[in-house]
This record gives sequence, structure tokens and C-alpha cells, in this order.
Amino acid sequence: MLQSKSFGYLGVALRAMIAFTVLLGVAYPFAIMGAARIFPDQATGSLVTDSEGDVRGSTLIGQSFSDAQGKPIAKYFQPRPSAAGNGYDAMSSGGSNLGPNSPVLLKQIAQRRAEVATFNTVPESRVPADAVTASGSGLDPLISSQYASIQVERVAKARGLTTAEIEAEVLKAEVDAMPWRSEEPLVNVVLLNLHLDELNAASAN
Amino acid sequence: MNTLFVIQFILLIAALGACYKPLGDYMGRTFATERDIAPERWLYRWLRVDPRSAQTWQSYARSVLAFSVVGLVLLYLIQRLQAFLPFAGGHKGVEPFLAFNTAASFATNTNWQNYSPEQTLGHSVQMFGLTVQNFVSGATGLAVAIALVRGFAYVKRGTIGNFWVDATRAIFRILLPLAVVSALVLLAGGVIQNLVGHTDVTTIAGGTQSIPGGPVASQEAIKLLGTNGGGFFNANSAHPFENPNAWTNIFEVFLMLLIPFSLPRTFGWMVGNHKQGYTILGVMGTLFAGSLALMSWFEMRGAGAATQLAGTALEGKELAFGVLGSTLFGTASTSTSTGAVNMMHDSMTPQGGLMAMINMMLGEISPGGVGTGLYGLLILAVITVFIAGLLVGRTPEYLGKKIGPLQMKLASLYVLVTPTLVLAGTALSFALPWARESVTGTSILNTGPHGLSEVLYAFTSAANNNGSAFAGLTGNTPWLNASLGVVMILGRFIPIVLALALAGSLSAQTRVPSTSGTLPTTSPLYAGMLMSVAILVSALTYFPALTLGPLAEGMH
Repeated sequence: MLQSKSFGYLGVALRAMIAFTVLLGVAYPFAIMGAARIFPDQATGSLVTDSEGDVRGSTLIGQSFSDAQGKPIAKYFQPRPSAAGNGYDAMSSGGSNLGPNSPVLLKQIAQRRAEVATFNTVPESRVPADAVTASGSGLDPLISSQYASIQVERVAKARGLTTAEIEAEVLKAEVDAMPWRSEEPLVNVVLLNLHLDELNAASAN
Repeated sequence: MNTLFVIQFILLIAALGACYKPLGDYMGRTFATERDIAPERWLYRWLRVDPRSAQTWQSYARSVLAFSVVGLVLLYLIQRLQAFLPFAGGHKGVEPFLAFNTAASFATNTNWQNYSPEQTLGHSVQMFGLTVQNFVSGATGLAVAIALVRGFAYVKRGTIGNFWVDATRAIFRILLPLAVVSALVLLAGGVIQNLVGHTDVTTIAGGTQSIPGGPVASQEAIKLLGTNGGGFFNANSAHPFENPNAWTNIFEVFLMLLIPFSLPRTFGWMVGNHKQGYTILGVMGTLFAGSLALMSWFEMRGAGAATQLAGTALEGKELAFGVLGSTLFGTASTSTSTGAVNMMHDSMTPQGGLMAMINMMLGEISPGGVGTGLYGLLILAVITVFIAGLLVGRTPEYLGKKIGPLQMKLASLYVLVTPTLVLAGTALSFALPWARESVTGTSILNTGPHGLSEVLYAFTSAANNNGSAFAGLTGNTPWLNASLGVVMILGRFIPIVLALALAGSLSAQTRVPSTSGTLPTTSPLYAGMLMSVAILVSALTYFPALTLGPLAEGMH
């Protein structure tokens, strides 16, 4: 080994780290950045725009559909509870981290179930698990089809549309994880609510 | 969703099976060849290293340590000086204790995170610091495993290869090409790759939301391939920009398992006996399958008062992955030393969380991290032939190498290091009055036995260089930053030095011909013994601690 002439092992290690930092810390991520042009939509975050061309969010990142007081807005399908910041804060992703026997979590689940049941005028037994549990990211854009189905009547009433029209939009916002319709489809709330706003705007014109 | 899961699981096994021979043989050839490619020659010239010179184990170990220390110091400085770097995104320099913990964490392939990335790190530290360490710490683990296998394969040499050559090849020929391809696949699946700080939007309901940007795909690929696990975002692989859907989820599981499950083939290739490789693979695979089945069953069963009130164990889980997509990821991550999470482990059922801990407590051998899994299991293989030798009264040997007092001392010390760190670290957290005050007052989120589980999980994760967490625990305190940082360093480098010492002693030996008295190490009987040794060693060590945490909670 020739190492002894050049500050020994630490010298070799330092030169190696400099070379690898340039290759793996600069060249590699920027090369992928260049290749990302093949997938411009994905690379920039799967952003969605409204009919006027304004960016209104991302199909991958859930949003809050509550008013300034934190009350759920009746005309929007409601997402899962979120532990990210004050709810769907995409700059502080994370879960509640409450344990399976946590008294705090127990209370939260009972309260959410009662609220969801009242808000949608359905019995508590019809409120599914995803409506009362926070996701790990706090940014889950999806809800179960059960949770969507108990919200259909409320949304239809608030928007002055028929339940059939709303159900058709729910079907369109289903996530295609499989080439065929799976038995428990998931619904993208961001897309669904965006489409519903467009539908209302179109019928108003 | 269960149909989807079954299809994905079959695809996963098929893909891993299809890669086993080609990738395993390719890695064997990569570390054996005498031919250097052009960029490697340029690098050796810049390093002033003769690629044909072989190192003794002492020299190899010094190189590993020097490389890691320099990497650690560099990463510490990059974080401290963050404000002066481009793409810092307005983030200040990281505080000293936290910067030490993070530097130790990424340089040891642990990737424990006491910080929330969105609020702490700019793109510069993520790229120049963390992405680089993801590669080099993975390459270091791979190099050490190859060096140990050389100890078995070489006869009367005393040397175990050249660390600089092994690390360079691990990066140039294995990790970097695989990472480029994987990053593109992840990009296509929806993982972001840009230099935007964040995009502010008016949401559909008229509120505001800041959507983060970043070079995520390039880091995500090596985070999984190198079994590192440090998330670009706080929510790690639960974050939709790191892991957007069920298909990227299964691809990420594949990336974590790819190299660790192919290395037994490399081992067989290098010692010239593929059956030896299949035995090791069989042990790794059986442990993995058993653990996956148990964790999945526990989470589907959904124990715990809160879980049962909700109906399904969905707290902390993403709907896109479902319960089974989460347990598959969780099992892969905790049994490969990756430590990435696509669900919040703190909210798992008591028994599901127990399985995550057991995967780590096995010593990361099912299949373990890149390289670390193979060398960990080979040490247990040595212990197994020794125990078998005691039972029948023969001198133990493994692959034609005598397992004498020196080898057994090294192997035994290796097995003792991690449990000592885990149990001492957890105990000190509660025994030292000021540490106890900090841990119970600030760090622990959940009360009762689950709170103890959070601390036990943290030290298990740190000592085994896993990096996953019961994330309710606030680790950003002087005590946990310092103690976990030290545990990660000791848990990484003491075992490495012992494994290299073992490699050196074996390499110097002659090969004893196998006779009728030699214990065959390719039989199912031997594989069963090896598995029992792995389970017994960890079960006996950790059982008392587990009874106070997850087991007590599970009885509740």
C-alpha cells in the first residue's frame, strides 16, 4: 500500500469521501433530475389544476375540507382524520403515534365516530375504520368506498345534485390499483372534490 | 385489497427468485476479478491506492474505520454549516447534539432520525450528505461481508482483500447502477425529483397548503437498496411522495430484499459450493416467512382496546397499502436493517410491534442488511458448528476451517455486543436519575408498558443499526441524541472489527479435508440447528425485557 506517504488511512479516506460526494451527492441526483424530464408530472409532484389552470394541490397529497373554524364542509367529501400539523399540513407529515391501548386514542376514535355519524345522519355502526383513524403520513388522499358511500347523500343535498350524479363521480375517482374493479375500491378525495366543484360550476353556467 | 396483496406477494417472490442466481453470481465475480474499469482506475490513482495489494485484517479494519470516521465528521460539518450551502431552503445549521446523532446514524447505516426532515434539512444536506452516506455505508457493509467470506475461501493467505477496491466496486458496479434504474422506476410511479423548496397552493376548499419538493427519487432508491431507511420526509415511506401507491410499495419491498437475499448465492459462489449458499438462504427465508406470517396475523387480528374500537388496525397506516402491504413492508424493513417505515410502528398492535422488535433482536439476519446480514448469519453458523461439535465430541469445522478457541472467542464476543448495548442503554435510560427524568418527562409519548417499549425499541433499533422507531418517542434530547449515537457507533464497528479479525484468522488457516466425522453444513438438519441457535440466543437474551414491554401490554 502506498498510503503511508499521504496521511495514512485518514488521507485515503478523505480523498475517497471527496470523490464519492461529487459522484453520488452531485452527479447522481442531478442525472436523475435530468432523466426526470421523461416524467414531468410525477417529478413535480402530480399537481392538479382547476378549470382556470390554477394549481389546487396534488393527487397524492390529501387536503383538509374544513372551514376556518375546523368544521367539515358539507358539500365536500371528508378525508380521514390527519395528525400532520393541524391536519393535512404537508410540511409536517406524520402519524399520531398513539399506541393500540392509548386512552387518548380511544377517546378520539369514539368522538370521531359520533361526529361522522351525526354529520352524515347514519348509525355509528356504518362508520368504517378509516373514517376514525389517522394515517401514518397524515396526508392520505384516499378513503374507503364505504366511507365515500355514507357521505353521498349529504354531499348531494349540499350541492343540489342527485345521488346518482354524485355516485358516478365517486366511481370516476376510484383508484385503479388493479386492471379490474377490486372488491374494496379506494376513492381519491382530492380528485373527487375537484371534479364535483367543476360539475357544479358547469351546471351553473 | 387482499387479492391485490396476494398477486403482489407472488410477483415479489418470483422477482427475487429470478434475481438470486444472476445477481448473486455477478456480485461474486465483481469482487473476485482482477480487472478494473476506467473510472475505478482514475479513482485508485486519486486515492493513491494499489488495487492489487491485499490487506491483512488489521489494515482492512483500519481502512473501514478511517472511511467511516471521515464520513461521519464530514456529515457532521455539512449539517452544522448548512446555512452556507446552496439549496439550503432557509434552514439554519443543525444543533450540535442532533448533528452528531444524525451523522452517527447515517455513517453506521442506521438512519435513525431524531429530526423532522421537512423542518430541519435543506436539499443540500439531503443530497451531499445523506444520499452519499446511504451509498458508502451500504458499500462498507457489503465489503466486510465479502472479506469474511474470503476468510473461509482463502487458504494460508492471511490477507482478506483490499477494502478500497471492495468499496469502490460495491458502489460503481452494484449500488450505483441499481440505484439509477430503481430511481427511474420510482419516478415513473410518482416519486418526486425536483429542487423546488415548496409550492404554495390554494386548496380546493379555499385553504392553503404548502406542497414540498426535493430530490426524493434519487435518495429513495438508495435508501432501500442500501438497506439504509432514512426518510426524505418525516413520515418516511408512508409519505405519498416517497411511496405513492400499492405498486411502488411492493417495488420498495423488493429493493430492500434484493441484495440481502442474493448474497447467499455470492457466498456459495465464492466458497465454490452453491449448496452452502442455499442453506444460508433457507435459514434467512424461513425466518423471514415465519415472521411475516406472524406479524400479518397479529395486525389482521387487531388486538388493543383502541384498535378494536376502530374495527381495523388502520391507525398509522395508509389505505393504499392496507394492513398486509404495511406488514410486508414492516417485516422487510425490520429484518433487513433498513428501518424505513410505511406505517407508524408505535400504533401497531402490541404483538405486531413485538414482531418488529424480534426481527431486529435476531441480530438482523433474516436476511439482514446489505452485507451485515450475511456476516451476522455466518458468525452464527460458526457458533452452530461449535455447539454441534460439543454434542458429538468432535473438533468443529466450517467450510474446511477449524473453529478453535480464538474463532469461538471472536464469534461469542460478536454475539454479545448488540444485546449488551440494547439492554444497558435501555436500563441506563431509567436508572440514571437525570436520564430517567428526560426520558419519562420529555421523550416517552405513550404511558404504561407501551412507554417502555418505545425506549426498548429505540435502543434495539440503534444497536442493530436498523433505524425504525416507535416514533412517538421524542429522541431529540441531549440524553437520547448522545446515548443512541454512541450505541449506533459501537453496535456497528465493534462487530465489524470482530468479523474482520475472524476473517483474518480463518484466511491464514489451511483447509482440513472433510471426513466421515465432519458435520455436513448443507443438510436440513444443520439449517434447523442454525435457525434454533439464532432464535435461542436472542430469545434468551431479550425475553425479560420484552415481558416488561410488549408482552405486558399484550396481556392487558
